Amino acid sequence: LYFSFDYKFKNLEGYVGFANLPNQVYRKSVKRGFEFTLMVVGESGLGKSTLINSLFLTDLYSPEYPGPSHRIKKTVQVEQSKVLVKEGGVQLLLTIVDTPGFGDAVDNSNCWQPVIDYIDSKFEDYLNAESRVNRRQMPDSRVQCCLYFIAPSGHGLKPLDIEFMKRLHEKVNIIPLIAKADTMTPEECQQFKRQIMKEIQEHKIKIYEFPETDDEEEMKMIRKIKDRLPLAVVGSNTIIEVNGKRVRGRQYPWGVAEVENGEHCDFTILRNMLIRTHMQDLKDVTNNVHYENYRSRKLAAVTYNGVDNNKNKGQLTKSPLAQMEEERREHVSKMKKMEQEMEQVFEMKVKEKLQKLRDSEAELQRRHEQMKKNLEAQHRELEEKRRQHEEEKANWEAQQRILEQQKLDASR
Amino acid sequence: DGEGARAVPLAGHVGFDSMPDQLVNKSVNHGFCFNILCVGETGLGKSTLMDTLFNTKFEGEPTQHNQPGVTLKSNTYELQESNVRLKLTVVNTVGFGDQINKEDSYKSIVEFIDAQFEAYLQEELKIKRTLHSYHDTRIHACLYFIAPTGHSLKSLDLVTMKKLDSKVNIIPIIAKSDAISKSELAKFKIKITSELVSNGVQIYQFPTDDESVAEINSTMNSHLPFAVVGSTEEVKIGNKMVKARQYPWGTVQVENENHCDFVKLREMLIRVNMEDLREQTHTRHYELYRRCKLEEMGFKDTDPDSKPFSLQETYEAKRNEFMGELQKKEEEMRQMFVQRVKEKEAELKEAEKELHEKFDRLKKLHQDEKKKVEEKKKSLDDELNMFKQKKTAAELLQNQAQQAGGSTTLKRDKERKK
Repeated sequence: LYFSFDYKFKNLEGYVGFANLPNQVYRKSVKRGFEFTLMVVGESGLGKSTLINSLFLTDLYSPEYPGPSHRIKKTVQVEQSKVLVKEGGVQLLLTIVDTPGFGDAVDNSNCWQPVIDYIDSKFEDYLNAESRVNRRQMPDSRVQCCLYFIAPSGHGLKPLDIEFMKRLHEKVNIIPLIAKADTMTPEECQQFKRQIMKEIQEHKIKIYEFPETDDEEEMKMIRKIKDRLPLAVVGSNTIIEVNGKRVRGRQYPWGVAEVENGEHCDFTILRNMLIRTHMQDLKDVTNNVHYENYRSRKLAAVTYNGVDNNKNKGQLTKSPLAQMEEERREHVSKMKKMEQEMEQVFEMKVKEKLQKLRDSEAELQRRHEQMKKNLEAQHRELEEKRRQHEEEKANWEAQQRILEQQKLDASR
Repeated sequence: DGEGARAVPLAGHVGFDSMPDQLVNKSVNHGFCFNILCVGETGLGKSTLMDTLFNTKFEGEPTQHNQPGVTLKSNTYELQESNVRLKLTVVNTVGFGDQINKEDSYKSIVEFIDAQFEAYLQEELKIKRTLHSYHDTRIHACLYFIAPTGHSLKSLDLVTMKKLDSKVNIIPIIAKSDAISKSELAKFKIKITSELVSNGVQIYQFPTDDESVAEINSTMNSHLPFAVVGSTEEVKIGNKMVKARQYPWGTVQVENENHCDFVKLREMLIRVNMEDLREQTHTRHYELYRRCKLEEMGFKDTDPDSKPFSLQETYEAKRNEFMGELQKKEEEMRQMFVQRVKEKEAELKEAEKELHEKFDRLKKLHQDEKKKVEEKKKSLDDELNMFKQKKTAAELLQNQAQQAGGSTTLKRDKERKK
């Protein structure tokens, strides 16, 4: 098989039609509908529910469906409300996750744990759904943004704020907000913001960052927003008439703090950023960064269970199946080598033993030859001796016979 | 999934109706990717059609006949139209149908398509993966070029399409359709369609679920297979230069819908359904490949009643099973060697035993011989002793006799003895 890939840059003359691709994507996305999961975290009484209602211009939290502050909880819970909203032909399934009881106890150590557990469990659900053999349309209930409400103390971050954000910043996009901004003057607010951002940097907390863009206009806007972080917001469920206009606001004897007035608070910036311009990016960062971190940590722990993870860090870019395949191949070559070695050792030992046997045999043979020789020598010696003796005997007997004869002759 | 969700009215303009635009902007910034596979015999004008469709001259080496097997050659181009960037990959089959034995013609194609799925699957399964920036090489559309015989599909066509229809979106087209007359063409299309149906070949249907494009897609479906003509040559018609093929009897205008279905193909493939083709590839064909591959490797979901499937548990179980297998193999090999060593040792021991027995026997023989020799020696010694005694006795007698008288005889004896 021969595959070759060549890259070439082409300029097209005339009409082809793929410039229509964005429309195709648009059409399909509208048909599919959208979903978004937003988490709100903060102590009771910071106006979280009111802000949500203001953001989405709906009574998400109403007498029938009360917001978290109205629910009396002994321990921190994590609860979700799902609503379906439609606008301009676009359908959005909105899930609001709230944490009643957060930070309200006397001892708030570990009050972030239920939040972490919730986020992780949604990652887990997604991972499992993604890992099935039979995969269906995967509902995405992962938390895509966390609005963290900071109490307008004017001083700085509380230890709980710091602790929470440090533990969550690598799991979810955190957008810190100064709640009830209408309790501070612009100067106080400015100072407060600066202090908070300083502390965030000191503690190396990674809050949600706007993505870089080539568009000069957009970048200008983004830089403006960055200067105003963290956003100071005001929410309201009531509509008030101001100068003939009906606006959402909070009525005070000295005036009306308007929610959507950019000089009163940063609500509009938040709304535009969260909903109108960066909702998709929040989802993408959750999917491409936070979820992938969770997944790779989870899978690395499993696949290299018990094995020193540092040793295997370089192998994380391999899929587990490829990993197993490689291990199998390694094992095959290891076995081959082992077999060869064993074979060698075996041969050598056999050779040794055979050699020994042969030596033994040679030795025995030699000894046998030796003995045989000795024996033959003895035989010969004996034969010689006998021969001598026979000769001697014959001579002597002959002599004796002569003597006898002589004697006989003499006696006659 | 609107489970448990209640619909609520909005008191004003929230602004999430910009979501489709946000998504589109992201896609445009990221760029698009599309991969076309052209399957067809040599000489059916595959390259020309691609050039015509995308209005450009794609570079390619001239194709030859008599290839040893089917080669797939792909080229990737970065195209741009208005603000839309498209990374287009065109894969061509070289030598398809040129072989004498055509059975393996489709094998390379299937393998190629599977290889792209496999590459994606491997990426998807990695622990540290970058799906977002992965260059998707999976084939989104397969243009199947049918020879303009006017009769019916060749058996190679049916067999190939049958093999491919569950792996890729097939759009069958009649190539070089200017060789067929209008009436023949209508019959040809009907014949092809009925053959596809009767052989259970699933070709790609332009989707009719979205109201905005349902009508045009449904109409186009009835025009399949598209009869196309490709040409990069331009001819002056009226006061315009148009892509055409000039014959003595007239000029075939590529973009004239009365002359051929080129425009329909372009509309459907590029302008209306490109995104759907990509989506179908991902959600249907790839999922099927993935499912089969995982099942082959022994992965399975637990039944819906019990605890939901846990990837970790399966990985762990698979890995343990796998390691166990390997260890077992190792153990088996070791055992085999132990056995061989035992056997060999026994052999050698046996040989040693025999050797010793042999020499024991020889030794015994020796000893017997030795004994015999010693006995002989002994008897000889006895003889010698007897003889000596006899001699001594005789000499004694003689001495006595001589001393009694006959010293002369003694002298004579003495002299004789000397």
